[in-house]
Amino acid sequence: MTVLLLLIPAALAIGGLGLAAFFWALRNGQFEDPDGNAARILIEDDE
Amino acid sequence: MTALLKVAPALERTVLAVPSIHCAGCMSKIERGLGARLGIASARVNLSARSVTVEHDSSLDAHDLVHALAELGYEAQARRDELAPRLSAARPLLAPLAVAGFAAMNVMLLSVSVWSGAGGSTRDLFHWISAAIAVPAIGYAGQPFFRSAWKAVRHGSTNMDVPISLGVLIATGLSLYETVRHGEHAWFDGALMLLTFLLIGRVLDAMMRDRARAGVDALLSQAAQGAMVVGANGGLTWIEASKLMPGLIMRVAAGERLAADGEIVAGASRFDQSLLTGESAPIPLHTGDPALAGTLNLEAPVDVRVSHAGHDTTLAEIARLMEASTQSRSRYVRIADRAARLYAPAVHSLAALTVVGWLIAGASLYQALVTGVAVLIITCPCALGLAVPVAQVVASGALMRAGIMVKDGSALERLAGVDRALLDKTGTLTLGRPLPDPAALLALAPDEAAVAIALASHSRHPLSRALGAALAKWNLAAAPLKDVSESAGEGVFARWQGLEVSLSRPQGGGATMAAALRIQGRPVRLIPFSDRLRPDCTAALTQLDRLGVECSILSGDRPAAVGEIALQTGLTAQANARPAEKQALVARLRASGRKVLVVGDGLNDGPALAAADASMAPGSASDVGLQAADLVFVQDSLIALPRAVRAARRTMVVVRQNFALAIGYNLLAVPLAMAGLVTPLVAAVAMSASSLIVVANSLRLASAAK
Repeated sequence: MTVLLLLIPAALAIGGLGLAAFFWALRNGQFEDPDGNAARILIEDDE
Repeated sequence: MTALLKVAPALERTVLAVPSIHCAGCMSKIERGLGARLGIASARVNLSARSVTVEHDSSLDAHDLVHALAELGYEAQARRDELAPRLSAARPLLAPLAVAGFAAMNVMLLSVSVWSGAGGSTRDLFHWISAAIAVPAIGYAGQPFFRSAWKAVRHGSTNMDVPISLGVLIATGLSLYETVRHGEHAWFDGALMLLTFLLIGRVLDAMMRDRARAGVDALLSQAAQGAMVVGANGGLTWIEASKLMPGLIMRVAAGERLAADGEIVAGASRFDQSLLTGESAPIPLHTGDPALAGTLNLEAPVDVRVSHAGHDTTLAEIARLMEASTQSRSRYVRIADRAARLYAPAVHSLAALTVVGWLIAGASLYQALVTGVAVLIITCPCALGLAVPVAQVVASGALMRAGIMVKDGSALERLAGVDRALLDKTGTLTLGRPLPDPAALLALAPDEAAVAIALASHSRHPLSRALGAALAKWNLAAAPLKDVSESAGEGVFARWQGLEVSLSRPQGGGATMAAALRIQGRPVRLIPFSDRLRPDCTAALTQLDRLGVECSILSGDRPAAVGEIALQTGLTAQANARPAEKQALVARLRASGRKVLVVGDGLNDGPALAAADASMAPGSASDVGLQAADLVFVQDSLIALPRAVRAARRTMVVVRQNFALAIGYNLLAVPLAMAGLVTPLVAAVAMSASSLIVVANSLRLASAAK
């Protein structure tokens, strides 16, 4: 059972990391322009 | 402030609305074109909001940027502060959904081990970890529900959020109590799963609503944002629209929109009033004629004396009419909320009955309360919360693939009940653009057609563009021309192989639209233009009739033009209707108990579109038409109308089935809960199963638009 003491915090930490990344994306405008981001991939940056 | 900026040129940020951005090509063209200019540090396009954010130094102002964009080929307006984009409805729900989903999955993992037999101190530990995750998560992710429920309760009413909030809060409280007492059952997983499912439903619903933006914003941005004003000494100064005063004289160049109503004092030109009246043909106006704000000057510069500005213009009047009708429509109560009005009291009295019943039967207060709470949890309207949004999202996805965009979640509900349709003429029943007569084009010799296409390419006049587009399909090489000149209001003149050629206004100029192709030494070719009915018009009207929707025409155009279309379609018609009259007719029909669908495209249809039970606009409609309408169809064919009505009716059938399924689930589960037989495991299984059934039933709508 002692393995749980390691695994549960590890699982929570990894999940929490994902959650934190999502919050970071939300705060930094990654969801501001979904249509534009979809279209931007088609722009060639030949500069 | 300005003095300070001159000392140290700091960067300023300006947001411009550019409605015509639609693809990656436009984005890179604008970003590179602007970025290469002096004084502009960076430009970033937002395609979703159709806007450009420009960082520039203080030597430039919004007017310069609009000019820069015009040179790149895009019509733009500086966005006013009061028109700042509304906050998205889905955005604030994303973070609660992420938290609820994360917490639900982790707590579920711990619960599975409890269900599969973990006991003693391990179970206690897992319950404590669950509580540590669940309590803050519920406190955060449940806020949208708690707030809405509290608002309803404070006003003495109830909505779907009241049973949800009560169920979640009581389940959490009871679970905490159980955890402290080393009890067997904790309901953290159920409460979190409920929040997750419901938030998914809310996010889907909000994403649909986000697509629907208020029409009034677009309407106001259609007005030019200022004008060149002729000063006393003949000099020109740029004055913002809000500072224009009656009596000032504006000089309006060709291609500009008027910033205020006024009277022409010098010059003559043709004006595109389609935004205001729906009349597709440009109107010639001369000195002394009144000109309206929002109309587009097509040909020559004119001087206009301002008579009304800002809030007194015809354009602002239409905006006010629309705002008023939008408010009247928002009183529509959605089917989910109607269901909640019956559901919430029923559930709460059942739970109360259970507690009382168990007390009478001799159970302890604790046991009676636990059973009552189980009833509340099991009846939490998980499937009910998904019944409507999932069906609507699947149906609108199917419609979108068929070229019909649903902008508002409740639009399908309202469209399903429609039994009367009012159709605009120009741009709705017809294509709304002049097309050259195919017989006249076929009569042209190949070299004549080559000259025609070359001449047409030198003009931006609507007839030239239509002719060019029609001839482009023939794959002809344009004839080489020399000495090309365009004379505003007359036509295009040039030399071809030493001969004088021209594409111009025919002499006499009767009521019909036409262009004359003259080639020296040959007979004049007259090409008539006319607006045509949309394809499948008759079939669409027959199908609407079969669906029990009575149609008629409601147009702002001249009686003669409307009569012709009425004859071709066999519909009754009303002509010369002004925006307020259209809106009044819709109100009259609704007062007499009809459910009215308005199909229209122009700014003049805006108030009627906003006032109707449901509204549709073709993709070619003005911004205002597009924004005011609930549904937008992008293809030319009018068959989209009966198709949308059929899909809406099928959606409502499925929504009712979903309600029946959700209630059927409750009929099974509630007696079990009242008997005290429901454990957290049973609740979790029942909740997921009923949600899955509802989602699966809704997925049948994937073919709704066939």
